[in-house]
Formats: sequence, C-alpha cells, structure tokens
Amino acid sequence: MIDLVWLIPLFPFIGFLICGLGRNLFPKAVIGTVASLAVIASFAISLGIFFQFDSATPIVIDFFDWIKVGGIDIPFSFQIDQLSILMLLIITGIGSLIHIYSTGYMSHDAGFGKFFSYLNLFVFFMLLLVLGSNYVIMFIGWEGVGLCSYLLIGFWFTNGAFADAAKKAFIMNRIGDLGFLIGVFLIIATFGSVSFAEIFPKAQSMISGDATLTLITILLFIGATGKSAQLPLFTWLPDAMAGPTPVSALIHAATMVTAGIYMIARSNILFTLSPVTMSIIAVIGLATAIIAAIIAITQTDIKKVLAYSTVSQLGYMFLGLGVGAYTGAFFHVLTHAFFKALLFLGAGSVIHAMSDEQDMRKMGGLKRKLPITFFTMLMGTLAISGLPPFAGFFSKDEILAHVYEHNKILWIIGVLGAMLTAFYMFRMMFLTFWGNFRGSEEQKSHLHESPLSMTIPLIVLAVLSVIGGFIGVPEIFGGSHWLAGYLAPVFEGSGTRMSELALSHSTEWTLMIISVGGVVAAIIYAYIKYIKNSHVPVMDSQPRSALAKISYNKFYFDEFYAAIIQKPLDAISGFFFRIIEKSGIDGVVNGLGKGSIEASKGLRLLQTGNVGFYIFAMVIGVVVLLLYSFLKF
Amino acid sequence: MNLLFLLFFPLVGSLACLLNNRAAKQIALVSSLITLASAIVLLCNFTPDASRQFVVDYPWISQFGIHFKAGIDGISMIMVLLTTGLIPLIILSSFNRNFNNSSALYALVLFMQFGLLIVFTALDGFLFYVGWEIALIPIYFICAIWGGADRIRVNMKFFIYTFAGSLFMLLGIIYLHLQTPGNTYDIDAFYSLNLDAASQAWLFWCFFIAFAIKMPIFPFHTWQPDTYTTAPTMGTMLLAGIMLKMGIYGVIRWLIPIVPIGFMEWKQLAIILSIIGIVYASIIAFKQKEIKRLVAYSSIAHVGLIAAGIFAWNAAGVQGAMIQMLNHGINVVGLFFAMDIIINRLNTQDSSLMGGIAKIAPKFAIALLIVILGTVALPLTNGFIGEFLLLNAVYQYQIWFAAIAGLTIIFGAVYMLRMYKHVMQGELNELTSSFKDIKGTEVLVMGIICALIIVIGVYPKPILNISAAAVDTLIAQVNNKLAF
Amino acid sequence: MDNISATIQVVPLNHYILLCAIIFTIGVIGVLIRRNAIIIFMSIELMLNSVNLLLAAFSAYSGDASGQVFVFFIMALAAAEVAVGLAIIVMVYRNTSSIDINILNRLKW
Repeated sequence: MIDLVWLIPLFPFIGFLICGLGRNLFPKAVIGTVASLAVIASFAISLGIFFQFDSATPIVIDFFDWIKVGGIDIPFSFQIDQLSILMLLIITGIGSLIHIYSTGYMSHDAGFGKFFSYLNLFVFFMLLLVLGSNYVIMFIGWEGVGLCSYLLIGFWFTNGAFADAAKKAFIMNRIGDLGFLIGVFLIIATFGSVSFAEIFPKAQSMISGDATLTLITILLFIGATGKSAQLPLFTWLPDAMAGPTPVSALIHAATMVTAGIYMIARSNILFTLSPVTMSIIAVIGLATAIIAAIIAITQTDIKKVLAYSTVSQLGYMFLGLGVGAYTGAFFHVLTHAFFKALLFLGAGSVIHAMSDEQDMRKMGGLKRKLPITFFTMLMGTLAISGLPPFAGFFSKDEILAHVYEHNKILWIIGVLGAMLTAFYMFRMMFLTFWGNFRGSEEQKSHLHESPLSMTIPLIVLAVLSVIGGFIGVPEIFGGSHWLAGYLAPVFEGSGTRMSELALSHSTEWTLMIISVGGVVAAIIYAYIKYIKNSHVPVMDSQPRSALAKISYNKFYFDEFYAAIIQKPLDAISGFFFRIIEKSGIDGVVNGLGKGSIEASKGLRLLQTGNVGFYIFAMVIGVVVLLLYSFLKF
Repeated sequence: MNLLFLLFFPLVGSLACLLNNRAAKQIALVSSLITLASAIVLLCNFTPDASRQFVVDYPWISQFGIHFKAGIDGISMIMVLLTTGLIPLIILSSFNRNFNNSSALYALVLFMQFGLLIVFTALDGFLFYVGWEIALIPIYFICAIWGGADRIRVNMKFFIYTFAGSLFMLLGIIYLHLQTPGNTYDIDAFYSLNLDAASQAWLFWCFFIAFAIKMPIFPFHTWQPDTYTTAPTMGTMLLAGIMLKMGIYGVIRWLIPIVPIGFMEWKQLAIILSIIGIVYASIIAFKQKEIKRLVAYSSIAHVGLIAAGIFAWNAAGVQGAMIQMLNHGINVVGLFFAMDIIINRLNTQDSSLMGGIAKIAPKFAIALLIVILGTVALPLTNGFIGEFLLLNAVYQYQIWFAAIAGLTIIFGAVYMLRMYKHVMQGELNELTSSFKDIKGTEVLVMGIICALIIVIGVYPKPILNISAAAVDTLIAQVNNKLAF
Repeated sequence: MDNISATIQVVPLNHYILLCAIIFTIGVIGVLIRRNAIIIFMSIELMLNSVNLLLAAFSAYSGDASGQVFVFFIMALAAAEVAVGLAIIVMVYRNTSSIDINILNRLKW
C-alpha cells in the first residue's frame, strides 16, 4: 500500500485535468462525480496506508532528482510518517466531504467545472505539501495552495472587490513565503541539505538556543504567519471569505491554513532547540487568538465571524506549539478541521437557503426551517466552545494545561479567549437560528433545507465533532491518549528535551472546571443578551460605542497597513518614475546628448565662412605647433 | 551537421525572404524551423561535458590574427537553443498580423538571428564583436521602421546608447589583442593572459559597461522601457527574449573569466547595482498603467536578479542564470505576446481602461495566468527553478542581499497580479466587451509557451545537465586563476 | 654639377636661410592681409618658392641630390595647383564678378 503513495496526489491531479479540460464538454454530474471520486480514491489509499504503516521511522520514497546544482541537491521524494498520514487523512477525508457538499452547493453556478478543477488542484498541492520529504517539495505545495487559494477566492472575479481579496491573499502569503524561502537557504547553508531525514538528526546534536537555529526558526515562522494567518499577516483570511463557502471550509479553515502548524510540528526539533522563537510563537499565537476573538464579537457577516474564529483558533494552535505542546496543537488541528469545516458548511447551507444573504442581522429563527443544518451547527458550536465531551474540549484543554504549566498569565488570557469564543459562537447561533426572521419576504419564501448532498457531509462532520475528541482522551479521564502515542515517533526528538506535563490531577481538574465554567458563563451571557433581550446588532449607518467601533472595524489593521505600506510604496513608485527615472537617470543620459548638441551649437560659430579668418587660424595653428615642438625639444 | 550550417542558414533564409514578399512569413518560419532542427541535431550529438564541440576555425583576416572561430560548449548550447527556439515562436506570433513591406521585416529578423548565433558561439574576440554589432543593426531597423509613436527619437537613443557601450568593449578587446603573445583574438589566449590588477580593473569597466547597457543593469537601463514600449511586438520579443541575454552571456564568457581580478575588485558594486535594479524597477512597475511598459520594468527586475546571481559567482548562481535566461526568454515572449493581443484588440495600452476579459476569453485568461505564474516564480513553473537557484546564490554571498533581492518574490506578485486584475478581472466595460478569445496560431504560440513553462518547472534536469559541466569548469578555471 | 654646387656655396648658408625666411614671411603676410584672391595665390607661390630655394641650397651644401628632386616635385605640384586654383578663381569671378575673398563667406553653418 505504501508503494502506492504516489497515487494519492495523482488522483486529484487527474481530476483537475479532467474537470479543467472537460469543463465545457461534460455535464455537471460527471464533473462533480469525477472530482469527488478522485479525492475519495486518495482517501481510500490514505486509509490503507494508515492501517498498514507501523514503522517508527519515516519512510522516504524517491522519484527523481528535481534540482541538482553544485552543493544543492533537491530530490523529488515523499516522506511518510505518522504526521503526514494524519494530515493525509484530514485533507482527503474532509476534502471528500467538501467535494460532495460542493456538488450540491455549486450546482447553480456557471463555473461548476472550473470550481472543481481548482478544488482538485488544491487537494493535489496540499497533498504535496504534507508528503514532501524536504522543505523545497513542501514549498511547492506551500505556494501551490496559495495559488489555488488565489484562484478560488477570486472565483467570482467579475466582482472587483473579490479579485482584490484574492490578490491580497496571494501577496500576504508571499510575504511569508519569502521568509520561508530564506529560511530554506539558511537550512541549506547550515545543514547542507533540505531533506528532513538529514536535517533533524543533525539538529539533535546542536545546542539549545543556537543563533542559527533561532534565525532559521524565526524565518520559518514568518512563513507560517503568512499561510496560517497570524499577526501581523492575518488580514487576508477574513477577506478570503469572498470565495465560495466550501472553499472557506476546505482551504481557509480545515487544511491550508493549518499548513503553518504542520510545518512547525514537522520541524519540531528545530523549534524545540530555539526557546526564543518558541516564546515569540506563543505570544504571537495568543495575541492573534485574542485580537481575532475580539473582532469576531461584533461582526455581522456570518462567514466573517467564522473567519475570525478560525484566525483565533489558529492562534491557539500556535500558542500550543509555542509552549511545546506539539501533540496538543496537532490534536487541535484535527478537531478544528472537523468542527470548523462543519460550521462553514453549515453557514454555507444557511447562505444557500437565504438566497446568498450573509448578514446575520437579516436572519433569525431559522432553526425550524433548517433543522439538520441547525442541529449539526449546534454540535459544531458546542465543540468549538470547548464543552465536554465534544471534540474541542479535549484539544483545547490539552493546550491550555500546557500553557498553564509554562506561564500562568498566558493561561489566564487563553481562558479569556476561550470565553470570548463561546460568546461569539453562540451569538452567531442565536442571531441565526433563534428569534424572528428578519429578512425580506422573498427570502422567507425561498427558505429550505439543503439537499442530501449537502446535509450528509454536515451530519458526518457533526458526528466527528462530537466524538473526534476521544482519540486523545487524557489520562485524567482514564484514557490513554491514543493520539499522543501514535505521534510519539514524530515528536521523539523534542520529547526528550521538553518536560512532560507534570500537573497533579487536582490542578488539572481545577483548570478544567475554571475554563468550562467560564465558557458556560459566556454562553449564558450571550443567551441573556441575544435571546432574552432579543438584541440585534445595529445597522452600519447607526452609531456604535467607541470600543464596538474598533472591534467592528477590525482594529483598523487594513487601514493601518494601507497607510504605512501600500500608500508609501505607491508614492515611492510615482516618485521613482517621475523624479529619479525620468528627471534623474534619464535626465543624465539625455543630458549627455543635449550637452553635445549645445556644445556643437557653440563651436560651429567658429566657422565664420571668412576665408581670411580660416587662413589666419591655420597660420596661428602652425605657429602654435612649431612653438610647442621647439619648447618640447 | 556542421556548426557552419547552423550559423549561416539564417542568412540564407533572410535572403529568401527578401526575394518573395508574399510568402515572406512562411519562408521565415520554415527557415527558422530548419535552424531549430539543426540546433536540435547538434544537441543530440552534444556530449554534456565541459569541452567545446563542433569547433570551426578558419583564418579570416590573418594579417591581424583574426579567425572565424566558433564552437559550442554547454553554456553556448543553452543560448543557441534559446535563440533557435524562440525565433520560430516570435515569427509564429506575428502570423495574423500584416506589416508593410513584410519581406524586409522577416529578412531582418533572420539576419538578427545570424548575428545572435555568432555572438553565442564565437570563440574569437573580433568575431564576437562583429556578431554583437550585426545583431544591433537589424533590431534598430525593425524598431525604427515598424515601431509606434516617437520611434525615431527613442531608437536613436537606444542605438547610440548601446553602440557607445560596445565601443568601450571594442577598446578592451583591442587592448587584450595587443597583450596576447601572438597578437590574436583567440578567447583562450585572452583567458591565459596574466594582467596586473590595475589594467584588469579598467578592462572590467570596458566590458561591464557594454554588457550592463545591453542587459540592462541599473542605472544603465533608461533606454529600455521606452524602446520596449515603442518597438513592434516582434522587436520587443527579440530584444527582451534574446538580445538582452547577449549581455548576460557576455558577462559569463567574456568578462569574468578574462579579468577575474578586476571582477573581484568590483564584484560588490556590481551586485549592489543589480539588486538596486530589482527593487527599483519593481517599485516603478507598481504604478505603470501602460502594460508593455510594466512588462519592460518587470524585465529589468528579473534581469537584475540574474545578474546578481552571476556576480555572486558560484555554481548555483551561474547555473541558475543559465536556466533563468531560457525561462526569462520564454516568459517574456509569452507576456509580450499577450500584451500584443490585448493592445491589438483594444487599441490601447492603458490597463485602467480594461477589465473583465477573463469572463469572455477564458483560454486567453488561463494562458496569461500561467505565464504570469512563471514570471512570479511559482513552484512547478520554470521561473521558480531559476529564481530559487539565483536567490540561493545571492544568499551564499550575503544573507541581507538575498533578503532584499527576494523582495522580487513579493513585488513581482504585486505588480503582475495588479495588472492581471485590471486587465482580466472585474466587470466588462464597453471597450473590452467585444474582446475575442485567442484562436489559431495564437492558441498554438500560447500553448507552446505554457507547456514549456510547466515542463521546465517540473523537470528541469535535462536543461541543467547541458550546462552543468561547462559551468563547473568555468568557475574552477576562474578560481584557479584567482588563486595565483 | 660640382660647379653649380661650388657656385652656390660661394654665398654662406645663413644668407640663404635669411633670404628664404624673408620671402616666406612676405608670402605669409600677403596671404593674411590681402583680400584679392590672385594676390593671395601669388603669395602662396612665393612661400612655395622660398622653400624650393632653401631645399636647393641645402641640397648643394650637403651634396645630396634628393633635395633638388623634391624641388622638382614641388614645382610640378605647384603647377597643378595653379591650374586648379586659377580655375576656381575664374569660376568665382564669373559667379560674383569679384575676386575679393570676403565675399566668399557662405562656407559656414
């Protein structure tokens, strides 16, 4: 089965070709089936590999030499280990569900074939990213998913704002990618290789806090901030909601944005040896988690709420990585993939029913009309809020327990963030599904539950969101934490350097009770505000309090970046072109030409036309030459 | 197959074009394809080691020690493939355009190919110089006769600028000639000269100025955007796709190995200028509304990176430069062809007037997107291989230089995607609503270009192999010389 | 030949040089200050002939015939020059009814 690993990315790629080339030839049903089957086939192989794989060391499969120049040798090869297998399962598994969902969601769209070809291409690149056995193959996937993200955000490109959002996503990702790329160069210079199998053993022998390692990890982390939407490069992700909703679920929630976490988990040994970077990651992760959560509180677009929630949850994962809880962070990647994909797909179902309305102020009371969507989304909301025994509880709790051990202040802020999460998620649920319908009559008449192709993925994901946490039940509940055991070989190198979680059971219980209590309090507050008092967020034209305004306007990050980066660069561009280029450099070049013309204008006056003057000049010339030669000798 | 056939066949084709006005473009295409075929035959007989192959050596003006000596090693092979491969594409790209006096135009294109091939294979300083100038004359006429508004003034500047630069090179070549023991122009005699540091330093500048103007490197670039913008698209493709590689090739073959000590002295400055060019041209490109001018500035930025990689002078840099020259040729021809299609259909260069073309011209939109992705160096496109190696080379020289040069990764995406957005995305307007999708030869040309972009990006090994041994030997040779 | 040399050598060389310098200077001054083309022409001949004289003198003093060979060349050349020059002057006169060289001032920018 492991020999067939090359088929895993190949299937989606073939799907991409068929859908892309045949987008005008085949009917929608064929394209939808082909695209979905391609991913399902990959999922089947991934499952096979999952059950067969039992090696403690990674298996590397070489295909061909990709770039081989001087001292640089980059083979095109795949690496299979526990981490990549789990990522394969997430990508192909959730990918399959979302493909199936999309056959229903996109059924009325003219760009059906194009959509599925892009989606398959995305899966292909994402699989390359996790299968790559070295940083450069990873980088192919890394940039490739960025490209697909660009294509899919700008799927409805006739809308200029959507096209801008796509461009923004690509460019902000590229800023991170430059960091990543230079990090790779530094790795080549330090280790003489880009292959994981060669780098990590060498890194084991390096001392903790090594300056080069710190620089490498910071550069790699810059790459992660771009891809995984962390401060300061997170502003593209909310804008990325311009894409179709299944895209938001697959790319901007479940898979692509977790590439940064995957990369750090993959390079865990390098990061473990760089305590400075780890602190930076923890702080940035937490700051992102809190800031995004605060922004999410006042958003009125249902997808924007979920987008900021994603940013915030990614922040938690980075917080986990930063305190060395690699398993916890990856556990959260897994559970987050379940419930956030579910929530996005649910939101898509709502939007579908609401005739493309995304504003929660115009929704309300949908729970009777969309029962399945409502119930599954409720499961997702409970999971993300971290209530036991739903999936999010276990993963978030594991991260927070590690944070507590690491630094108590970070823990307090982390719990606060969890409360914010519960609040804004239930706010979203209450505004959407409870109360009275606030939309137009026309929208009301169209309200309907989505077709089976859309609800079945919702149900599957809901089940996973409920039970997904049980793969990592901690010892305190009598579990054995299967996930930690499974991933142990991957984090082995770091494990010996990271202290194991050494909290007493009573402390753990206390922490758990505090955080669950906080979450319940936040839910009750949301209940009072939005159901008891039937509060509805004000329209844009009406005034808001200063704090709400800051939150609603996303802390003015976009305006800030426009003011300090975009506008100055545009101004410099004009300045360079008009002043330096045209007047400066070209001025000198043209000046040389003009100078010779001017000089010739002056000199030609000597040609008076008077023969006597010429003769006189000649004689003078002869005399001067004679004098010169006399004086010389 | 003899090298002479490859070199002189374009001349035959050129004459044939002149004789038949009506079928000039077909004749030109056939001729260029025959040249390409002969280049491929040479490639098949080529062993990718460091040696020179297919060498021809005839006394030409023996009183002055001038020989007609030409040969192909790995480095030349890439350049020959670039030239012979792009010319048919360039000719094909003009197939559904009609020109006044087209026989002269195509004859000039083939004549230029003759000059270019001489430059890329010459092993005699005098022959190199002759080829260098032969290539300049036809392009001057192509641009000055079939160009756009203000073409005379712009081309006068281009001609005088590049010609003045090459005179410095001529001075250098003659000086070297006089220094050689037997007063020859043979490149090996030039290589084996042991000049003192002072004369190497000024010789470096003689050659550097000629090459820097041709590439062009900041601040010798100001002829380029104007010339690219006013030239007919065929001319622009020839200039950007092939001709500027003369400068880069010159640096690898005729500058660094001949005056290594002078090069080491000025290395840092040369890299800094190249890197300034990358950032400076990219920033200017941000706000260019004229699409051809935008591509022109992007070309300066990309060439700046190639130059920086070469000046860093390590295997990654020179190999990266070799493959990136090929890639840049393909990509820039694709870009200019796309710009030509747009300009020709809309009769304007101003991207702010366009929009929404992707909606009604999906094939064109996909092709342009692939070319743009190649240009912005997305992995699995050809641009990535080159830029990865080049940036790595700069990195090996200095990490901060790599960080600044790497801005091209970001800036390239900014200006290219901005342009793509303005032209292809957004709502259709009155001007663009009648845009017709590409068809016929346009699809063929774009298809070939896109295929090359992806194939080279996925499997660059065969191309890297062609020049690998030659590059390694050249670098070792220079390092040996420096060691003394 | 010997007689002629001897005869020439009766007069000291300095006298020849002085005389030739004077004639040459007269020629130069004539060219510079006169405006009549014919006179200028004659002055040029004067300069040529002063050189001829000097060449002959030196040739005799140094017993080398090549100086006198040069003289012949110069005389032949002067004859050709006169032919061309006079023809130009005649043409100028036909066109302008004057041989004042200040009229010929069109030869400029």
